[in-house]
Formats: sequence, C-alpha cells, structure tokens
Amino acid sequence: MNSIGDDCNELKKQYDACFNNWFSERFLKGETDDSVCAPIFKVYQECVKRAMREQKIELREIESDYTTASEFDNNNSATGSSGKPQGSQNKS
Amino acid sequence: MVVTASTCCTETVFDYSWIHVVSAYWNRYPNPSSTHVLTEDTIRREVRDGKLYSRRLLSKTNPVPKWGARFYNNLPVKIVEDSVLDPVKKTFTTFTRNLGMKKIMKVDEIVVYSEQKDGRTLAVRRAYISSQVFGFSRAIRAFGIERFKSNGHKASNGFNYVLRRMFPQNQLAASSPTTSVNSQSAVANVTYSDMAVASANHSSTSSTTEALKRTAKISYEFCKGHASKIAQLFSVKN
Repeated sequence: MNSIGDDCNELKKQYDACFNNWFSERFLKGETDDSVCAPIFKVYQECVKRAMREQKIELREIESDYTTASEFDNNNSATGSSGKPQGSQNKS
Repeated sequence: MVVTASTCCTETVFDYSWIHVVSAYWNRYPNPSSTHVLTEDTIRREVRDGKLYSRRLLSKTNPVPKWGARFYNNLPVKIVEDSVLDPVKKTFTTFTRNLGMKKIMKVDEIVVYSEQKDGRTLAVRRAYISSQVFGFSRAIRAFGIERFKSNGHKASNGFNYVLRRMFPQNQLAASSPTTSVNSQSAVANVTYSDMAVASANHSSTSSTTEALKRTAKISYEFCKGHASKIAQLFSVKN
C-alpha cells in the first residue's frame, strides 16, 4: 500500500516490515519495548508529516489524543443519539 | 441541527485465531475489495500500559458524482483510524472517523475484535452517522441500516482474502454449519439492527424562509439519493 507522500513509499515499506516483525515476534509474545523500530519510524514520520502539510491535511485534528471507547460513546451520545446500542458490552 | 443515526451491531466471525487476525489487520491493504483505498500511513504509535496504540491515516478515492462538486472539491477522502490492542485480554478495538466534510456527513465506526471460546475471532461493529445538512434526517432514515447490512459480507471478504493469503495453513475448522471454507467464510450476522434518529436543535429555528425550504428540499433529494454512496465512501471497512 502506498504512502500519502509519494517520496515516503520506501520509508513506509521499511517501517511496515520492521513493525510487522516486531508485532508478531515480540509484542504479541509479551515484549513491550518498541524501540527497535523507533529510528525508522522517526524518519518515516518526518516524511509523512511533510506530505500532510503539503496536502493541507488538518494536522490539529490528527494530533489530538487517541480515541478511547468511553470518549467515543460520549461524543456520539452528545450529538443526540438515543440509539444506544444494546448488547455491545458483552464483548469487552 | 445534528442528526445522528446509529447501528448496532454487525457481528462477523473470522475462522482464524485472534493472533492471526490482528497480525493480518496491519496488512489488509491492498486486497481485491479495497481498490478504492489509495494510501495508508501510520502517523502515531506507542505502547502504553502494555497496550499498543496506533493512529493511521487512510485516503480513499472519491467517486462522487457531478452533484458532489456543489458541496466540496474532489479530493480523496481522508480517514483517521485509532486503535487499541490489548495482547493480554486479547481485544483489539478500532475507531474510525472521516476528516473534514463533517457537516455533510460524519461517520464514526467502532469495531471490537475479540477471541471466541472456540478459538475463532469475533468482530462486532457499530457505526454512527450524523449530519448537519438541513433535511438530512429523513435521508439518513431512508438509507439507514440497509447499507450496513448489504455490505457486511463484502466488508469481511477483503480481510478474509488477506488472512487466507498470509495464513493458508491456519484457517480453523468451521464449527458452525453456516460457515464454509470458501470466500464466504465470514458469517456476517446482523443480530440486531435498528436505528434511532434523534435531532437536537441548537439554533436557527425561526429563519425558515421559502428559500431555505427550497434548499432543504433540494438537499434532501441529493442526500437521499446519495447518502448510501457517501457512507460507503467514508467507511473503511473494506
């Protein structure tokens, strides 16, 4: 899959390969230290952020904190949805 | 005025272990059902309290018909996908939302992947759609849940394709008679689908001029005809 920045494709490929290996060989086996891919991630991020700026993608919105389940529910109920899902809690 | 519709819940069972599903998740593009996905980038990632947090930015083609040009320019749609993966509890939750164009339509989707007792993986999907376009509530009601129902199979087929390719030896024996080993192996099971449309009036109640009414009628017709297309565009399930 391509990166949003044409010139970031090669970096993305390298990072994805590093991540996939780390994910299945380390993280899923209980190791939480993710420093092994940090150097390539950093370079890849610089490239992607540059591409995003060039394409005028709203960085502000993207840099907010991660969405969490509770926040997600709050945001959606705040808009007036009365359709609170039923039976969705039995999976967590 | 904001109108929100929610769907609950589309369940899909994948004939693969949770470990295989989450490993394939990061590699699910491209696949034959995802030709509309143009780019995919990880823009943030870290481990917190033993959980993996990721943020990805996706862009999709914009097959908006001519009428769409009235509303916005013809750039690819951007989608942000946050996810939290807990390797101990074996849960993986993804949250997706579209960037921009939220007045026209905001689609929030949450999918929870968890391990079933039989070792297979269950995906439960919920979606919320809201719009500030005047007159849209009836349009949302008009297409409503049908789109989510009809795309259930298609959505998981692309992912199953990637799973089969990555883990050809690891498909679990189907324990359910409704599950087969071919491309239909994902059982999209709409256990409950209903939609509640609620409207919240924030302001602008008295400005109902004739012009506004006409505009509303036109926008309703637009939306009704194309709401399904817009939702499909924003959704990243495929």
